Amino acid sequence: MMWKRDDSVRPSQPPPPAQPAAPAPAQAEPAYVPRTPTHTERDMVQIGKSVVIKGELSGSEDLTIEGQVEGKIELRQNVLNIGPNSKIKAQIFAKQVVVQGEVIGNVTASEKVDIRDAGSVDGDITSPKVAIAEGAHFRGSIDMQRGGAKPTEPVKVSAAPPVPAAAPAPAAKA
Amino acid sequence: MSESARGGFASRFLRWGKGGEGRGAREERGEPLTTKAFGRFLAYLTAREGPVLLDLGPVVGQNVAFFGERLGCKLFVEDLFVDLDRAAKEGRGAELPDLLRGRITREDASVDGVLVWDLFDHLDRPAAAVLGEELARVLRPGGVLLGFFASGAPTPGASPTHMRYQVVDEKTITQRPAPAARPRQPALNNRDIARAFSGLTVSESFLMRSQVREILFRKPQR
Repeated sequence: MMWKRDDSVRPSQPPPPAQPAAPAPAQAEPAYVPRTPTHTERDMVQIGKSVVIKGELSGSEDLTIEGQVEGKIELRQNVLNIGPNSKIKAQIFAKQVVVQGEVIGNVTASEKVDIRDAGSVDGDITSPKVAIAEGAHFRGSIDMQRGGAKPTEPVKVSAAPPVPAAAPAPAAKA
Repeated sequence: MSESARGGFASRFLRWGKGGEGRGAREERGEPLTTKAFGRFLAYLTAREGPVLLDLGPVVGQNVAFFGERLGCKLFVEDLFVDLDRAAKEGRGAELPDLLRGRITREDASVDGVLVWDLFDHLDRPAAAVLGEELARVLRPGGVLLGFFASGAPTPGASPTHMRYQVVDEKTITQRPAPAARPRQPALNNRDIARAFSGLTVSESFLMRSQVREILFRKPQR
């Protein structure tokens, strides 16, 4: 296969360039240097579409789930990315949770829960920050207090409490 | 004058001509509404320690941030428009009173505030009475409920929509129509509304410029 060329059959010396004397332009494509994986790439694990896990899933690496998980997911120091085709029926504990698929169960994140536009969560969310995109589905409760962070400066509402039992406004006739 | 500078001037001028922003941007964000009752609603809510809020409209990220982060509310989201749309698609609109009975699963007297938005515009009187009773049940004594109620008759032949409300601040919210399966029902008059929320008292009532009534209810202290 072209993209997995065997080093043993590679010629010992590369063929000479067509114009070896010509100086390379300043913005020429740099020579290939094997790229060292970034921290994110190195620590990101993926569970594929065909994988079904029933039970407890825990770890200390960022994880992307494209398959199905039933049970419990614990990645307390890491990011959990729930892919668009995934179906999760589990309690989730993570540092950050990004939902693009379907989740049924409670989600607890110490930093943030992010439900993207195609994401769906049926369950209770506990996290200091919650972002829900338009088009996302959510049903349950959201508690931003127990996630560890205090709420930002509360809204100052100047309106005085109204007098109870006022008469309704004049309005529509049936 | 450079092309970019001319473009910048032109676009600024056009935006000025439209009141500071393009029509597309306004449509995207929604039509702004000045509300008086919402500020009162918040005043009640913020006076409580760790207030619990029940939102019966579609989940809106900005509202979650507003109530959760800025007000420190615990927020329960129960998008009843989904139920209404499902009932309409299945031809079970007449069964709504039965479908709504017991639909609110919160415990008695466990909620400090309820936002019904314009949900009751899509209910007939029997369904409104059932849901009103359920909401009065879950409100704590002293708790508040805010709803918007249309005054005029629904436009005949108009494609059914409900409104998505987004909180901007204590005095301003925006509304944007979203497609719905169940059309608006004939407007409830004040007596119908008072009957539907018979366990609550009308605390404040305002008529918006759009002829929508915003009504703040309060559950009497024991």
